[in-house]
Amino acid sequence: MSETQPILALKDIDTFYGPVQAHFGLSLHVGQGEIVSLLGGNASGKSTTMKIILGLVKPAAGDVLVGGISTLKLKTPEIVRLGVGTVPEARRLFGAMSVRENLLMGAFVRNDKAGITADLDRVLGLFPRVAQRLDQQAGTLSGGEQQMVAMARALMGRPRVIIMDEPTMGLSPLWVDRVLELIRQINGQGVAIFMVEQNASLALQIAHRGYVLQTGRIVLEGRAADLLTDARIRDAYLGGAEAA
Amino acid sequence: MTAPFPLPAAAAPHPLLEARGLVRRFGGLTAVAGIDLSIAAGELVSVIGPNGAGKTTAFNLISGLDRPDEGSICFDGADITGRPPEAVAVAGLVRTFQHGRVFANLSVADNVLVGAHRRLTAVRPAWPVVGPLAELALALIRPPSVKAEEAALREEVREILAIFGERLLPRIDQPAYSLSYANRRRVEIARALAARPKLLLLDEPTAGMNQTETAEMLEIIAALKARGQTILLIEHKLDMVMRLSDRVVVLDDGRKIAEGLPLAVRNDPAVIEAYLGHGAVGSAARAGDDAPSAEQPLPLSA
Amino acid sequence: MTSWFDHTINGLIIGNIYALLAVGLALIFGVSRLINFAHGSVYVVGAYVGWVAVSVLHTPFPLTLVIVVALTAVLGVVVERFGIRPLAGAPRIAPLLATIGLSFVLDQTVQILFSPDPRAVPMQLPNWRVAIGGGSIGVLDLLIGGIGITAASALFAFLKLTKWGWAVRATALDRDAARAMGVDVDKVNSIVFAVASGLGGVGGVLVGMYYNVITPTMGFEATLKGIVAEVVGGVGNVPGAIVGSLLLGIIESYGVALLGTSYRNLFAFILLIVILVLRPNGLFASRRQLPPEPMTGTFVAPSRPVRLPVPLVAAAAALAIALPLLVDSGYLIQTLTNVWLYALLGLSLTLVAGTSGQVSLGHAALLAIGGYTSALLALNLGWPVWLTLFCGGLVAAALGTLLVSPAFRLRGHYVSIATLGIGEIVALVILNWESVTRGPIGVAGIPPLSLFGYELYDTNAIYWFALALMAALALLQLRLLGSHLGRTLRAVRDDDVAARSFGIGLNRYKGLAFAFGGFFAGLSGAFTAHMYSYINHETFNTQISVLALTIAILGGMGNVGGAILGSLALIGLPEVFRVAAEYRILLYGIALLLLVRFRPQGLLGTV
Repeated sequence: MSETQPILALKDIDTFYGPVQAHFGLSLHVGQGEIVSLLGGNASGKSTTMKIILGLVKPAAGDVLVGGISTLKLKTPEIVRLGVGTVPEARRLFGAMSVRENLLMGAFVRNDKAGITADLDRVLGLFPRVAQRLDQQAGTLSGGEQQMVAMARALMGRPRVIIMDEPTMGLSPLWVDRVLELIRQINGQGVAIFMVEQNASLALQIAHRGYVLQTGRIVLEGRAADLLTDARIRDAYLGGAEAA
Repeated sequence: MTAPFPLPAAAAPHPLLEARGLVRRFGGLTAVAGIDLSIAAGELVSVIGPNGAGKTTAFNLISGLDRPDEGSICFDGADITGRPPEAVAVAGLVRTFQHGRVFANLSVADNVLVGAHRRLTAVRPAWPVVGPLAELALALIRPPSVKAEEAALREEVREILAIFGERLLPRIDQPAYSLSYANRRRVEIARALAARPKLLLLDEPTAGMNQTETAEMLEIIAALKARGQTILLIEHKLDMVMRLSDRVVVLDDGRKIAEGLPLAVRNDPAVIEAYLGHGAVGSAARAGDDAPSAEQPLPLSA
Repeated sequence: MTSWFDHTINGLIIGNIYALLAVGLALIFGVSRLINFAHGSVYVVGAYVGWVAVSVLHTPFPLTLVIVVALTAVLGVVVERFGIRPLAGAPRIAPLLATIGLSFVLDQTVQILFSPDPRAVPMQLPNWRVAIGGGSIGVLDLLIGGIGITAASALFAFLKLTKWGWAVRATALDRDAARAMGVDVDKVNSIVFAVASGLGGVGGVLVGMYYNVITPTMGFEATLKGIVAEVVGGVGNVPGAIVGSLLLGIIESYGVALLGTSYRNLFAFILLIVILVLRPNGLFASRRQLPPEPMTGTFVAPSRPVRLPVPLVAAAAALAIALPLLVDSGYLIQTLTNVWLYALLGLSLTLVAGTSGQVSLGHAALLAIGGYTSALLALNLGWPVWLTLFCGGLVAAALGTLLVSPAFRLRGHYVSIATLGIGEIVALVILNWESVTRGPIGVAGIPPLSLFGYELYDTNAIYWFALALMAALALLQLRLLGSHLGRTLRAVRDDDVAARSFGIGLNRYKGLAFAFGGFFAGLSGAFTAHMYSYINHETFNTQISVLALTIAILGGMGNVGGAILGSLALIGLPEVFRVAAEYRILLYGIALLLLVRFRPQGLLGTV
């Protein structure tokens, strides 16, 4: 693969919440068409990383590049327009709106009516379960179905990269498998995925590369296959389970 | 098949806390779907499970912040189902919060002193009107007994803070909002200890801490346990859970999928699948067993 | 004899006008989580724009409506852009306080421009009525009904069928998720304020035509009615607001038919309190909700209190004591006496709103209770005034706490609305309970202040009495703050959920705060009553409640010295510079706005 510019890059990010620092010189990148996992426990700075990418929080230092363009001075809608789709933590559907309206909200920054209609058909082809529930209120769906709608919604914006915050959180093992499979399919269509996960083995299973975030610093990075067998990951996340 | 392993023989005939059949639904989602949980005096029980498994919701139900839709909770011989959190705290069940809910504008010392609230003599009279007025009078007049109690508590606060070495003592008069995330978590634990709880619920005490800080916290919790403190712990860092726990309860998708000794739970296939992730976990041999997920081609590596 | 049919129609028409207000409030609450107290002021502006259009420009009715909608929509956008948006990162209650400041500014500007006198709105419609059954419907009734239905349909179509309508709903449901979809939330806010204000402006024109009169002071009541309707329907729920408005209109109309006009508002506010206590999520919400996150209701900016050097405080105290001997100005001494009495009120509110985090907007009611209690005991029973003063404080503490106690379970904005409603109820009971309170006539001939049998007529003596009382109570409050109760109350303020988890029962400690503060306020009101020798139901109005809050914020929430300094600045300075009354209110509004925006920790810092 040619050395193309990464679709998403964070460079030397420092972030503060009042007196408390959340990121310390955080750097990472996501190549075009790649699946990259960011691993870290609760309060490691994962969610803040998501907010930095979307421009909801601005870093005190460093730069954020989407497709090579610095987003520091851009507002969130402009960043979304650059091709950043989101699957937020705990899905965050618009519960009192219909599934169809949720999907169309995913295309909010687009103005090509015909294209949106075509994409709706395409996305529903990928998520047949969602197609059956178009007119249902999103809040009444089960957790797994909501996750599918959230992913379908992200796709409606024709993103170049989708950032996902714990996409398997709170799902039963059956749904976890389905969701991972869908992430692969979406990636198969050329969309890069940046996935924040707490579950290391699960995230590394489908990722190409991974980063490990701890108290606002990247402490480990590398190819997913290498990380999976890395003793430090096992110690930190799996409690030496395999050693037994 | 909720408990594939026999409960350890140590389980006392009269558990300190016994929750049965807890259910909590939010709209279309069932966060907690029939969980039983019991803990004997002196035990340290850990609750593990992926985010969203219902751990914190279960904690909220037990500590009275939320009411179960079904089920009952018995603590120290009394039924506390649906009782408000202040009553649960007075009964001796005290918790910390996952995201560190300190009193932002109070100093570290005052935060910890609030923890001792339930022990103050002034707050004892519970009669309506008369009780609060007596409390007000004691606060304004401050007889020697009240002063002595306050001084003793302030001394105790220093002792509790000393558990954390030099992390908090030098900051004892600083407002909590100026503390780092890790220090807020420590203040929360200090505050809970000041309540001298019969049962201490710790919700991810090491979240946001690095390895050194985590190791430090592990030692602190181990020391508390050695002192006989009964603890119910939510934790993601399995290493810590394995070292500290007498018993481990595994939740997934709102249900208890396993319970037992740490070693047994760690090797339970259902737990490995649900909590440690489906399929390959580390070793190539296991990955080989799991054909479909193991051979995902990497499109960029061509 | 008007029939029930007429009362129903009347109720529906009034309800329709309330709906134009309540729908806007609901939209704004939906996207901004803000109860907009300036909404009624926009409605006043709408009414006056309409009056100018009709009486001066002689525009036809449709054109009048267009002008009103356009101008009030622009006003709404300006209010949002400069009043609300800069407070995005501030505590949730901050924008609410800012809108109160804005309402003062807008109302007083209208009053200064158009004079406080009521103005008649020329009727532009034929005045015939259609008889139906036992009653009748007029052209204006039909017009108001028609405009209401048209506006509701247009709004519904906008929300359901347009892209920006979806954006509004999505933002209301989940602001962060909407932003992640690329929705420009600032633009959504602008749109919502424009739509809401336009609807409010129309309401202003219609109410002017319906009652045939407009005044610059009608905005506050309109805001309250809109809020009542919104709370009944469920805060932030647009269809609920419409139903709530019609219900409120009908209940008021029947209430008036049964008991008389002066009971209209009493019904509205009792409805408000009943709904807040029994169904705080409105009539239509059923789901049990999780307790919201902390810090939703408090207005405490993290800061370190300024430590005043003891010599400075001692010097200031000495100067205050010696002042009557140093200067020979009765006016200055009287002004300062007032300052000490307002400081007493400020101490009360800084404890309740600052230390305990319960932002009360009905504190004037405590003054009224104290004032009436003391005045009536002295007049009717002939008790000595020093005793009735004390009783005034005690009754205000007891009755005030009792009245607010149903609201102890509420948090944040709801506390403010509930205390506001309770304050209005107290004023209305005083107005209507003529056998005891002498109703609208007020209580005259209240015996002068006296101490140990000596009547105090001398300005200087009254000054010293007020100063001593205030100083003693300030010291008492400092002692309270230094005890375990001080940290307990502050814990309740900072995070009531965490406080409860350590055995702190909210009823007990909120009750203590209101009782302690109520005693101070009651004493202040009682003192004032004897000093003026006359009070009526309007002596202690909502403006005083807001002024008290501004004093507490200016000084620094929870800060005892701050309350005294705040009173000195806000009561003393305008008096010394002889600012005219209407400009003074304007000044208070601007002060509140600037404080919330630029110095939320006040002069001396929050404690």
